[in-house]
Amino acid sequence: MLSRQANNLYWMSRQIERAENTARLLDVTYRMSLLPYRITDNAQAWAEPWALPLIINGLASTYYERYPGAISTDKVLRFMLLDSTNPSSIFSLMHAARENGRSMRGIITAEMYEDLNAMWLELRSRGEAALEQGNMNEFFEWIKIQSHQFRGVTFGTMLRDEAYQFIRLGTFMERADNTARLLDVKYHLLLPSAADVGGAVDYYQWSALLRSVSALSSFRRIYRDQITPLRVAELLVLRADLPRSLHACMNEIYEILQGLCRNDSMEPERLAGELHAQFHYGRVEKIMVTGLHEYLMEFLDRLDQLHSELNSHFLVPADYDPTLRVPARAEAA
Amino acid sequence: MGIKKPFNEMLAEDGAMRPHYRTYSEWLADKTADFLPQKQREANALYTRLGITFAVYGDDVGTERSIPFDIIPRIIRPAAWDIISRGACQRVRALNAFLKNIYHDQEIIKAGIVPAEQVTGNSAFRPEMKGMKVPGDVYVHIAGVDIVKTGSGEFYVLEDNLRTPSGVSYMLENRKMMMRLFPDLFARMPVAPVDHYTDVLLENLIACAPERATQPTVVVLTPGAYNSAYFEHAFLAQQMGVELVEGQDLFVANDVVYMRTTAGPQRVDVIYRRIDDDYLDPLAFRPDSVLGVPGIFSAYRAGNVTLANAPGTGVADDKSTYLYVPKMIEFYLGEKPVISNVPTYMLGNADERAYALERLDELVVKEVQGSGGYGMLVGPTSTKEQIAEFRKRIEQNPANYIAQPTLALSTCPTFCESDILPRHVDLRPYVLSGKEVTLVPGGLTRVALREGSLVVNSSQGGGTKDTWILEDLSC
Repeated sequence: MLSRQANNLYWMSRQIERAENTARLLDVTYRMSLLPYRITDNAQAWAEPWALPLIINGLASTYYERYPGAISTDKVLRFMLLDSTNPSSIFSLMHAARENGRSMRGIITAEMYEDLNAMWLELRSRGEAALEQGNMNEFFEWIKIQSHQFRGVTFGTMLRDEAYQFIRLGTFMERADNTARLLDVKYHLLLPSAADVGGAVDYYQWSALLRSVSALSSFRRIYRDQITPLRVAELLVLRADLPRSLHACMNEIYEILQGLCRNDSMEPERLAGELHAQFHYGRVEKIMVTGLHEYLMEFLDRLDQLHSELNSHFLVPADYDPTLRVPARAEAA
Repeated sequence: MGIKKPFNEMLAEDGAMRPHYRTYSEWLADKTADFLPQKQREANALYTRLGITFAVYGDDVGTERSIPFDIIPRIIRPAAWDIISRGACQRVRALNAFLKNIYHDQEIIKAGIVPAEQVTGNSAFRPEMKGMKVPGDVYVHIAGVDIVKTGSGEFYVLEDNLRTPSGVSYMLENRKMMMRLFPDLFARMPVAPVDHYTDVLLENLIACAPERATQPTVVVLTPGAYNSAYFEHAFLAQQMGVELVEGQDLFVANDVVYMRTTAGPQRVDVIYRRIDDDYLDPLAFRPDSVLGVPGIFSAYRAGNVTLANAPGTGVADDKSTYLYVPKMIEFYLGEKPVISNVPTYMLGNADERAYALERLDELVVKEVQGSGGYGMLVGPTSTKEQIAEFRKRIEQNPANYIAQPTLALSTCPTFCESDILPRHVDLRPYVLSGKEVTLVPGGLTRVALREGSLVVNSSQGGGTKDTWILEDLSC
């Protein structure tokens, strides 16, 4: 298929997945901001829950330019939900996803486009109503459901061709990135002072993190024990059976790339295989010795590298004269 | 030629139903009053839902429109179609010969039939095409010839469209819609099929591939999703089963065109391009074009890729070149034109201008390079002020205009709100050239939905109808 088509589909699903994860993150932040257990030490960045979504998305400076003055629930919500000048707002992401889908109407199914279009048409009025009436949870749920639904329609209607694989690839690349960032923020930025470890706030933050990736009840079923950073890290990094864990994402990515890569494009598959093996054979104790933050940062770097490889092999390849290039490995065909 | 009473394609002078409309009207007579309104609503809803739309796209919220579709078919009897098809094919053969000639030996200029200035002084003439051999000598792979009917067996060609004629997707979609809405009618009437159009198109494109290519790769090149005819580009690519590419999907290496695919560069042999000459190649034509492909023209000149239509065909469909087409038919084919031209006055010419300026209220005045029904004056339906304003424009740049008598375009029964009323129509059949020059039995009928209006362009409130060519009249 054309590289541009693969690129548009890859980004369409990344954008939808990112919108869903943004809704998850805002949902958790919103819940945390309602808790009475606020830490009063203003020297700590994590003292303000509303800084969290801005930090995770690297949007803090953009936000302060647009909304000077003290950070507030209303302002951050508007910025992250409906601000079209913020490229990472749910509005901007959904708009971009819809445009990508629209230009690929010959390739995605009619049901997929109708679903995407219907979601886009309702988005603004639902968002405005939620901001006005303050029933944010309902709106976040709606976004999550839209994303679930679109994946479901894709799964249920689309030909299992190359285009489908690029759509799936986008979903898991984005999800892996989001899970890693989310875990890092709690572990690194929200690290409480020694006195608070194991305290009520610490507990609420960990459980909120689990809830944000729909993993709280899974945690309980697996561990039947107290929430500890070690267990949460194990669950979100190494467990292959938790659908938003890094391991689960890399399982999917590796499998997709085994199907997509050819003799002259093995690098993405090799990189994904290496990352996959690291989760498949890793131990949480060892990760903690290196430091979870360092571990996650290295993972994000490698994921970024994988994304660059995807670009140069499939999505935005550089021009070259194929008659002059010697293939990496001689092909029998 | 004054304006006579328009020819009614359904009813004879005495009010009797013409034979080729009889089966249809008998079928309709059984139906209840709300039958047609119901079917019209159904058709409108289907077109919106299927996204068969054209027109511009805003920044945040899309403004996509459907062209109004009229559910009453235009029925054409075999004898009339015979004239139309022979006339349209003859014209395209002559125009193609003209293009080959002016980019090579220019005998038609040497013979004094077409003035050199008309050809080489024309902004659509591409000196870059001179002396170049194009595959199969085909310049115009796809042509749209606009034809109007003014009486029984009486036709005129209004204009030739030889650049990137559009609208054929409506011919095909309108037929699908009619078969969906009125399947029983097709059982009763021998309507010639049109849906093999894209097969014939693909066959012709393949026939014109560079000789080297044994299994030619054909693509459709579109300016992109924001182009008003994007739906048609996507539709044609899909129907032919070929890739729909944008300029950014192609690149040229060593005078060979490739498309960027997930499996590496893939060589392209034939490009059905829906981008104007000017934007095709920033290295050869407009340097500011971002829609085109740098180097594509050089690959074309090297014979490594076929462009359909060829660059530089615009010089032959210009409204001032139009005047010479009957002479071209005689010069190249040794035949008499099957369908006449509308008498045309060149306003750059002092005598003809003087004649026309006295009669602006009777004439139609058009810009030489205009299209889409913009920049034209229909004398009989214009106000004194509009005529005075147009007169000023003509006097400022007379060579930019032609004038023609206002033709009484034939009318067809059309469903308007709740009544069936006569409305003016024209016809654009699509002539395809490759191994031979052919056309599928049908075309795009455009209808001026406003009462009395003679302007059928969709940008000016025109709609479309399905066009039924009957295969025989025995039914």
